[in-house]
Amino acid sequence: MLATPHGIDRYLELIHPMLAIREQRGIVTGVHRTTPDTITLRIRPSRAWRGFTAGQHVRVSVTVDGVRRTRCYSPASSQHARGFELTVKASGLVSSWLRENARPGLVLDLSPAEGDFTLPATRPDKLLLISGGSGITPVMSMLRTLTDEGHTGEVVFLHYATDEAHVPCLDTLRATGHRLVLAHTAAGSGHFTEAHLRAAAPWFAEATTYLCGPPGLMAGVTAVFDQLGIADRLRTEDFRPSTPADPGAVGRITFSRSGRTCDNTGRSLLEQAESAGLRPEHGCRMGICLSCTRRKTAGTVRDLRSGELNDEDDTEVQLCVSVPVGTVSIDL
Amino acid sequence: MSGKRLTPEELDRLGAELDALRQRVVDDLGQADRDYLLTVVRTQRALEVAGRGLLFLGFFPPAWLAGVAALSASKILDNMEIGHNVMHGQYDWMRDPALNSRTFEWDTVAPAANWKHSHNYVHHTFTNVLGKDRDIGYGILRIDPEQRWHPYYLGNPVYAFLLMVFFQWGVMLHDLEVERLVSGEKRWAETAGVRRLMWRKGLRQAVKDYVLFPALSGPLFVSTLAGNATANLARNVWAFAIIFCGHFPSGVASFTEEETAGESRGRWYHRQLLGSANITGSALFHVLTGNLSHQIEHHLFPDLPARRYPMIAPQVRDICARYGLPYNTGGLARQLGSVVGKLVRYALPDRWWGGTSGPTRGTVGSGRGPRAA
Ligand SMILES: Cc1cc2nc3c(=O)[nH]c(=O)nc-3n(C[C@H](O)[C@H](O)[C@H](O)COP(=O)(O)OP(=O)(O)OC[C@H]3O[C@@H](n4cnc5c(N)ncnc54)[C@H](O)[C@@H]3O)c2cc1C
Ligand code: FES
Repeated sequence: MLATPHGIDRYLELIHPMLAIREQRGIVTGVHRTTPDTITLRIRPSRAWRGFTAGQHVRVSVTVDGVRRTRCYSPASSQHARGFELTVKASGLVSSWLRENARPGLVLDLSPAEGDFTLPATRPDKLLLISGGSGITPVMSMLRTLTDEGHTGEVVFLHYATDEAHVPCLDTLRATGHRLVLAHTAAGSGHFTEAHLRAAAPWFAEATTYLCGPPGLMAGVTAVFDQLGIADRLRTEDFRPSTPADPGAVGRITFSRSGRTCDNTGRSLLEQAESAGLRPEHGCRMGICLSCTRRKTAGTVRDLRSGELNDEDDTEVQLCVSVPVGTVSIDL
Repeated sequence: MSGKRLTPEELDRLGAELDALRQRVVDDLGQADRDYLLTVVRTQRALEVAGRGLLFLGFFPPAWLAGVAALSASKILDNMEIGHNVMHGQYDWMRDPALNSRTFEWDTVAPAANWKHSHNYVHHTFTNVLGKDRDIGYGILRIDPEQRWHPYYLGNPVYAFLLMVFFQWGVMLHDLEVERLVSGEKRWAETAGVRRLMWRKGLRQAVKDYVLFPALSGPLFVSTLAGNATANLARNVWAFAIIFCGHFPSGVASFTEEETAGESRGRWYHRQLLGSANITGSALFHVLTGNLSHQIEHHLFPDLPARRYPMIAPQVRDICARYGLPYNTGGLARQLGSVVGKLVRYALPDRWWGGTSGPTRGTVGSGRGPRAA
């Protein structure tokens, strides 16, 4: 009440961002660059942090050139450790920024951990963990969690990387004592085949398999499991949005709160929402009053004024000056 | 004063030039704008904490005075350079949930949600359109000769004075749309939503300033209460003065609904240009006005960060010069004097001043002449 209307965190964070009571934040306490294109961050979360389960991810926000950007990252450390570790592969805006700029003392905004790519409470006896590239993180977290728990069942970790130098935290992986199979796509082994599967874990049909990696690997493994009729034994996690942005007035628009959908006609989101029978709040219909601002949860929109594309999930858009490009979901 | 009449083609070119100017600024937004806003926020929070702290030493008159000064400055920064501008969505591109137009609340009794509707939508969309822009005289004053005189308006200067003193409450009550309730256009029951927000926000603010902080200062209850009230008053007077200079000095045009029906982007810009006035002053003065001293730039581009207004002002002036449009600007004393003059003048029926009182019509390029007042 004394801090009304801004709330106490808005004052505490000016002393230090980590003092915020309600908001979840994490401070970088250590930074390693164990491969040429990744960075591993050791993070100590603030008091509000509620932990994570191995395999889950966290939405991490950083400010890049004044704009807050949010991306998902899966902790790679054991869920039983204090704090957690992220391994980020530099590939675009946020990941490259982190690789260049992250240093001890950097404060990140965090969401609570989310996602159901997790191990069952009773740990399976036989586990196969398959990953490729940066997809190593959630399964590495599972492996390290099982190690901390003294898991005695059989675990095989099959990882695809260009070569050994590109495997992040290789020493940590070796130290777990579980069977580690590294396939080097640049050298002899090439890309995934069914033969790899049989060689690494002949019992894979009775095991539970967790898979995370680039699209090629995901497709290859999924096809084999489908063919053998054991698709139910495979759990997957996708790091990339599944619908690539298709151009123009195609796709469908989902108004998630009201549960309505319609075909994208290429007109403004406000007009399309109205044709779908919704009555979204609005005012000027020309982009100045912001009454029509709503959250876009997925998909790409084009700003009618600047022509700029916005393909980031969970960003706010003005319905009256945004045209959907392909399939889009709006929280309306 | 309303400048040269423009053809539809000229208006289109004007629109395109201003759109391009806006786009250049948008493309350039970045860390510097964020750093600026964060500096203002930090300064405001520091002033607030210092002001409230000093009032605990209110038995010592210099501390009391310094406390009131710091708290007044905090409220002015919070309402003007931070609140007004953040709630315009000027910083939404930063995607910072704490500085977003959807979530921000300011340190005044008017609830953000109500204010955003009447200000961002009604006032900024229908700027100076008689019968539509409820900010013309705020429903209680006569500031434009097109508003029909009525004996009620004899009290014009008194109402304005009261509005100045209780400005934050005036801004809050503005959203009840009392004049539409009186005229029967709107029913009391329709105000339930805005009233609920007003109660909540008004109560919280009043309890904070007039009960909690005074109570915390124990024996200094009255001294702290007086300090907080003075800070609120200082902010009220300041905000009133700046805002009244934005649209009411002489030379500012008003428009009719039929003039603006179906207007193009260029014509909309044209109306914003003619309907606003700037105030000259130092850099610190501009910050303390929330850069509303650049009301013209603000009305052209309400969603650009206000710190950009002084930077683009020379370009806007240049455009005005090339299209033969007036660029209404002057010192605070002159603009305020002209507002006071109008408040007094329009208190009395027009015939007192010998009929037509030289209003400025926003003659747009439709070939229609200025309407006789
Ligand atoms: C659940 C989940 C967990 C994740 N965990 C990790 C992790 O632990 N470590 C990690 O490094 N990354 C992880 N990611 C990926 C991460 O969230 C970012 O997507 C990645 O860091 C790239 O972000 P960026 O801002 O650097 O790149 P951006 O600038 O957003 O884009 C990178 C490049 O990829 C292209 N691109 C973007 N999306 C696609 C797509 N669908 N198909 C093809 N190209 C595309 C862009 O056009 C651009 O050229 C995870 C993602 C998800 C969804
Ligand atoms: S309706 Fe005013 S910004 Fe969209």
